[in-house]
Amino acid sequence: MSSVGVISFPGSNGDHDAWHAFAVDLGIPTRVIDYRDTDMSGLAVLVLPGGFSYGDHLRCGAIARFAPVMEPLRAFAARGGPVLGICNGFQILTEAHLLPGALLRNQTLRFHCHWTHLRLEGTGTAWTSGLSPGDVLRLPVAHGEGAYYADASTLDELEATGRVVARYCDPCGNATADANPNGSARSIAAVSNEGGNIVGLMPHPERATDRVVGGDDGLRLLSSVLSFLNVAV
Amino acid sequence: MAIATGQWREVALSDAEYDLIVARLGREPSPVELGMFGAMWSEHCGYKHSRPLLRQLPTDAPWVLQGPGENAGAVDVGDGLAVVFKVESHNHPSAVEPYQGAATGVGGIVRDIFTMGARPIAILDSLRFGPLDRPRNRYLFDNVVGGIGGYGNCLGIPTVGGEIFSDPSFSGNPLVNAMCIGVASHGSLTRAAAGGVGNVIMLVGADTGRDGLHGATFASVDDPEGSHRGVVQVGNPFIEKLLLEACLELLDGDDIVAMQDLGAAGLTSSVVECASRGGVGAELDVAFVPRRETGMTPYEIMLSESQERMLLVVQPDGVERVREVMARWSLQASEIGRITGDGAVRVLDCGEVVADLPAALLTDGCPTYVREAQESEAARARRQLDLASVPDLVAGTGPGSFVDVLLRLLGSPNLGSRRPVFERYDHTILTNTVVPPGVGDAAVLRLKGTSRGIAAAIDCNSRYCFLDPDLGARHAVAEATRNISCVGAQPLAITDCLNFGNPEKPAGYFQLSRAVAGLAEACRALGVPVVSGNVSLYNETADAAVMPTPTVGAVGVLADVRRHATMVWEEGDQIILVGGGAPELGGSEYLAHIGGLVAGSPPVLDLVVESAVQAIVRDAIRDGVLRTAHDCAEGGLAVALAEMALASGVGATIDGDVPTGANGRLDEAWFGEAPNRVVAACGESSVDEMRSRCDAAGVSVYRLGRVEGAMLRSGAIGSVDLAEARQAFEAALLMPIIAELDWSAT
Repeated sequence: MSSVGVISFPGSNGDHDAWHAFAVDLGIPTRVIDYRDTDMSGLAVLVLPGGFSYGDHLRCGAIARFAPVMEPLRAFAARGGPVLGICNGFQILTEAHLLPGALLRNQTLRFHCHWTHLRLEGTGTAWTSGLSPGDVLRLPVAHGEGAYYADASTLDELEATGRVVARYCDPCGNATADANPNGSARSIAAVSNEGGNIVGLMPHPERATDRVVGGDDGLRLLSSVLSFLNVAV
Repeated sequence: MAIATGQWREVALSDAEYDLIVARLGREPSPVELGMFGAMWSEHCGYKHSRPLLRQLPTDAPWVLQGPGENAGAVDVGDGLAVVFKVESHNHPSAVEPYQGAATGVGGIVRDIFTMGARPIAILDSLRFGPLDRPRNRYLFDNVVGGIGGYGNCLGIPTVGGEIFSDPSFSGNPLVNAMCIGVASHGSLTRAAAGGVGNVIMLVGADTGRDGLHGATFASVDDPEGSHRGVVQVGNPFIEKLLLEACLELLDGDDIVAMQDLGAAGLTSSVVECASRGGVGAELDVAFVPRRETGMTPYEIMLSESQERMLLVVQPDGVERVREVMARWSLQASEIGRITGDGAVRVLDCGEVVADLPAALLTDGCPTYVREAQESEAARARRQLDLASVPDLVAGTGPGSFVDVLLRLLGSPNLGSRRPVFERYDHTILTNTVVPPGVGDAAVLRLKGTSRGIAAAIDCNSRYCFLDPDLGARHAVAEATRNISCVGAQPLAITDCLNFGNPEKPAGYFQLSRAVAGLAEACRALGVPVVSGNVSLYNETADAAVMPTPTVGAVGVLADVRRHATMVWEEGDQIILVGGGAPELGGSEYLAHIGGLVAGSPPVLDLVVESAVQAIVRDAIRDGVLRTAHDCAEGGLAVALAEMALASGVGATIDGDVPTGANGRLDEAWFGEAPNRVVAACGESSVDEMRSRCDAAGVSVYRLGRVEGAMLRSGAIGSVDLAEARQAFEAALLMPIIAELDWSAT
């Protein structure tokens, strides 16, 4: 059976949580991939976890995009392989231009850690196959640079093409200003590439996989990968 | 080079101490040796004033795997797992450079934990500031919180709990205590005793610079603000994260004999302590220490407190593996010396001996002092003030009404919501956080791969300790363990951080000696040994000492992590009060914040009743009888009930028996403080069960009322709208960004 690969950069700190969510909570073969590895054989899914890759030096994700693992990742994604970037992983994917836009400092200029709600919109992606538009997920955020930014025409295009995967919302699914934790443009929490195989999001589905730690809505998103595990890419 | 007369005072050694060094060595020390003595015989490293006192503390229990003397203590939590923990202060650096001071405080305590072979899983912090309406204090507060978050978040270790207290005595001298908890299997616990003549001493991690020179000495003198910034270290959590992973990987092998982090007094203390613990000697050449600055002298290299460094003692055939692992994590690894059999620490500079000292003389040879203890008249007068003469401040319907006083207390810095602080800390990473900050009396973490959990809390009432250091210290142990019990965990052990003023002054030594005696008594009575700790003295500025603060960090275990309690209640629950200490006004938050008066004796603490109340609550949670419990502490019963209502979003009607204090006053009953009491909420059938459990144990229990509506109401004192209460509560510690711009004003 093919595996989920969780890429570990120097300074990644969500790699173990992502590994645990897939390997233990979902029971899927999962291995941690070193940032110097270039052999992607046997991997059906790639995950870029949260953390502070390269200490967030220069800009979040700006150095990680040059890591050796990124070339084979790019090729894997070009073949349609499913890639998920969580938090710092999302930042890396935007720095690598695999996803549009950028993540700026939170509007408050401070780090925020708390639970948020997300309303699903574009569910035609590799990572949302088990979800429907309008579904509300409760997931934690923990970041200092999570304000999604893109110019107006890019945002219009993302919205028009169903590439806004999720927005921050209140528990009832309304994307109010109060529910936007970081000043993201149009409350955007998650976006996808044109092909829908690459998704980036700031909240942490891998931290919401068991009710004993506050919720298990993350499993609804992460379990989408089950359908890919026996597909060679 | 000869030592000039009085040169020893620059490294904070007394004339008598210098004479002792000369006598014991039979010669004058070299300049490098003098610097090493200054560091090792500082209060920070040598525990000159505290060591004789600390002997009173109980340190042993069947579940203790490692007591004081190592980098951290460890207890058995079952299933072959050990929980390793310690608290440490970084007060003096934080007074000068709050962000880096606090950040490196976290860095230091985290290294202490992974040095033991344990993976760090949680951080807690205990902070003290001057009044937060003053810009300088606000700046310190904002940046200390920023530094703790900045370092801990980057490392990926959740900060899950803590406490904050403000009082004018902390204005020039904030307290920053950080506690770290790690988990290891019993077999992988590592010690820091060097051994094996011929084994290799390696220095790994970051390069060595001039930062933090004399940090240990600096932490042992008054008035850190008068010193300069050069003594504060600068942290790099990215390097620490790499070092953490690399060291845990190294400890998986069996070729690492000892691991010791470089903290206060840098290379000097780590080599000396490692050698002294193992009863061996060490020879090292500073020429092999990688540096980030040119022209560094042996003196500077030996005393640098550059962060993110680790000393290893490695079997010769393990050196290559260390190099390989460190290189894979992009870190330096340098062979700097060898273990010798002669008990001497010998420092060379390109082969030339610059220091040659018996290791034991630097550690065990440090003189200890028992000083004169005399309580200050001011403290005594405050304690003995007759509070009967203070008018009942709760009366009428306008300002001074019950509702008005409660809202002011909920909006005060000492009682208001900590959300603006804990939301700046990542508290969900590692996915173990079962009870996060703000909803329970202690943090609860699951231990993956088992059904077990651990609970952790950190507490001290500095005001109680100021008014009565002995009683106040007993309260600190009682409160920390009560918080552990209130989430359903069995308290196992504590770690303590003794933050005091100048012990050379009779009033300072009085506070220190009495507080340690109080800690010892409470630990014995409650069955919790002290397994690790730290001492920070000379917390004074301009002749004024901080309120004495023996911070207590407690750790407990839950057999089934799902059987825990929070302070969240549900509509329809009955509210009861378990335990019946009479509420008192002495030392209360109410008296300080509303009355502007720090006075009276702290409440009486009966440790036998305390133990019984904790056991009843803990067992009831374990048995599924209770899911809601909250310690009734600062702010008294009214604040405890309001906190529960706010955490739950449901109000309460209090129409039962509210116990009164000795003077029968309204303010005493509602805002007076007493230990030995826990507010709990449960279904009707559980009330009977709790009553019979309490009766069997001879513990009082009161029915207070029931959970309902959107108000906290009582016929006797009026009604408080929860929305209004929430507004006051949540605004208490909000930190407008503008505070950063005003930092220089005082």
